[in-house]
Amino acid sequence: MAGLAEGRTLASSEPLSFWGGYDQKTGEIIDRRHPLSGEISAGRILVLPYTRGSSTSTAILLESVRAGVAPAGLVTDRADVFLALASVVAGEMYEASFPILAVSREGFETISSGSHARITEDGRLILD
Amino acid sequence: MTPKLTPKDLALLNGEEGPAAKMAMSILNRMLPVFGVNRFMDIEAAHIDSTVYMGVATMEYAERLASLGAKVAVPSTLNVAGVDEHGWQDWDVPGDVAANAIRQMKAYESMGCIQTWTCAPYQTEHRPHFGQQIAAGESNVIGFYNSVIGARTERYPDLLDICAAITGRVPAAGLHLDEGRKGTKLFRMTGIPKALQEDDSFYPVLGHFLGRKASDGIPVVEGMEVSPNEDQLKAVCAGGASAGAIALFHLVGVTPEAATVSDAFGGGAVPPAVPLVMEDLREAYAELSTADGQELDLVVLGSPHFSINEFKALAPLVTGRKKHPDVDFLVTCSRAVRMIAEHVGLLEPLRQFGGRITVDTCPLTSPMLPDRIKHLMTNSAKYAYYSPGLLGVDVTYGRLSDCVESAVSGRVGRDEGLWVL
Repeated sequence: MAGLAEGRTLASSEPLSFWGGYDQKTGEIIDRRHPLSGEISAGRILVLPYTRGSSTSTAILLESVRAGVAPAGLVTDRADVFLALASVVAGEMYEASFPILAVSREGFETISSGSHARITEDGRLILD
Repeated sequence: MTPKLTPKDLALLNGEEGPAAKMAMSILNRMLPVFGVNRFMDIEAAHIDSTVYMGVATMEYAERLASLGAKVAVPSTLNVAGVDEHGWQDWDVPGDVAANAIRQMKAYESMGCIQTWTCAPYQTEHRPHFGQQIAAGESNVIGFYNSVIGARTERYPDLLDICAAITGRVPAAGLHLDEGRKGTKLFRMTGIPKALQEDDSFYPVLGHFLGRKASDGIPVVEGMEVSPNEDQLKAVCAGGASAGAIALFHLVGVTPEAATVSDAFGGGAVPPAVPLVMEDLREAYAELSTADGQELDLVVLGSPHFSINEFKALAPLVTGRKKHPDVDFLVTCSRAVRMIAEHVGLLEPLRQFGGRITVDTCPLTSPMLPDRIKHLMTNSAKYAYYSPGLLGVDVTYGRLSDCVESAVSGRVGRDEGLWVL
């Protein structure tokens, strides 16, 4: 999903279910079994391998877009249907799609939390 | 990959079937490359999880489609909603949430969907059959359709399931195809006592283990010494789809596409077996609980929604008894199962016990629980997995009889004989 985004990274190699894992009113990661539990990901570049579990992850991400607490962009290690759909529908409903970049597993593993990152329009990730 | 759209796909995309079908097909078409394929295929049925009310956005989406005149093209069952339509006033649901959730329910009803309102549609008369191509949302339903019935659905997100139902089309990908249904990892149960395999508490834990260890793959498990019943298999699905993204598993000798290990791997190469031992299961069992005390405010059963056979198992445990006055006891099920259970006399003993029933939804999808509830006990891996994050409670996982005994005593207690050894 193309687009521009910029922000500090928040990264984990552990997949996340947004339903039960992401507070759509605040952007906090609330899965208490997840390593990013307690972190606020609103406005950040959220780096996760993929979404796990619930089919409702897409709806949660759409709600968080409407509430203004979605991540600025996402980086995954594979194409993730649940995240991509949230971006497509956010565009369709609210003209607010956001970029999602799938990178190679090797590239994914080099990204740590707290870096300044940009996703470019042509689908590259630039880390400072 | 250049998309290969059929004349029907193009007609949908160009709005010849109306504006709602155009919107649905346009979303599907943008998603096609994400599925990694370039063509669509027909489905025969759908199960719609977009019914879950998560806030104004999910309602606005449903109402946008409804206002454009959306109608489903295939028989489409509905998953749980944001409220028990006719029972929400008995709980702490805010009035504005109920009003919006009911608006969302009405929007999906207006599209011609079947008003099942359940996360166990496979335990209604709308159960699909082996080999049927379906677009299903709701992770446990996806697992059950694929694994237990041998029907074929990909993991469809909310909001996309309804697009598939309106157009009758899905990307020709993944679990819809023979190639996508082969096992990816083999576990061999080793030294798991038969007595444990016969116990209800085993199956949610097995599901949780598979979710944890085979996360997004297709696990194959061999070495079952018993024939689990349908509700036990349902519990595996719910556990595997909560702790991981399991959309299909094969239990050798049990599930329909796994008569043999070779079948489970589609006749292809079988990877070396990874032993599945008691230590693994004990770890998964421990992970399902977050509470360390005995305090108890609520026992909740029925995720996925309770079946008639589960009500049959519950009735003798509660008959002639009373729950502790400080503990709430809640069972969630579908309207249809409630009606049947009532008809055959299974609900009266539960009411006498002090138990309550919620239909159409559950505490994970409806903001129905009072704030005082902080300590929860359940026999469901799904309730156990999601309650701490979604409800801010501590949870204890235990088998059905432990849940009932704890509700009577008012303190969490478990018979852990089979687990501790």
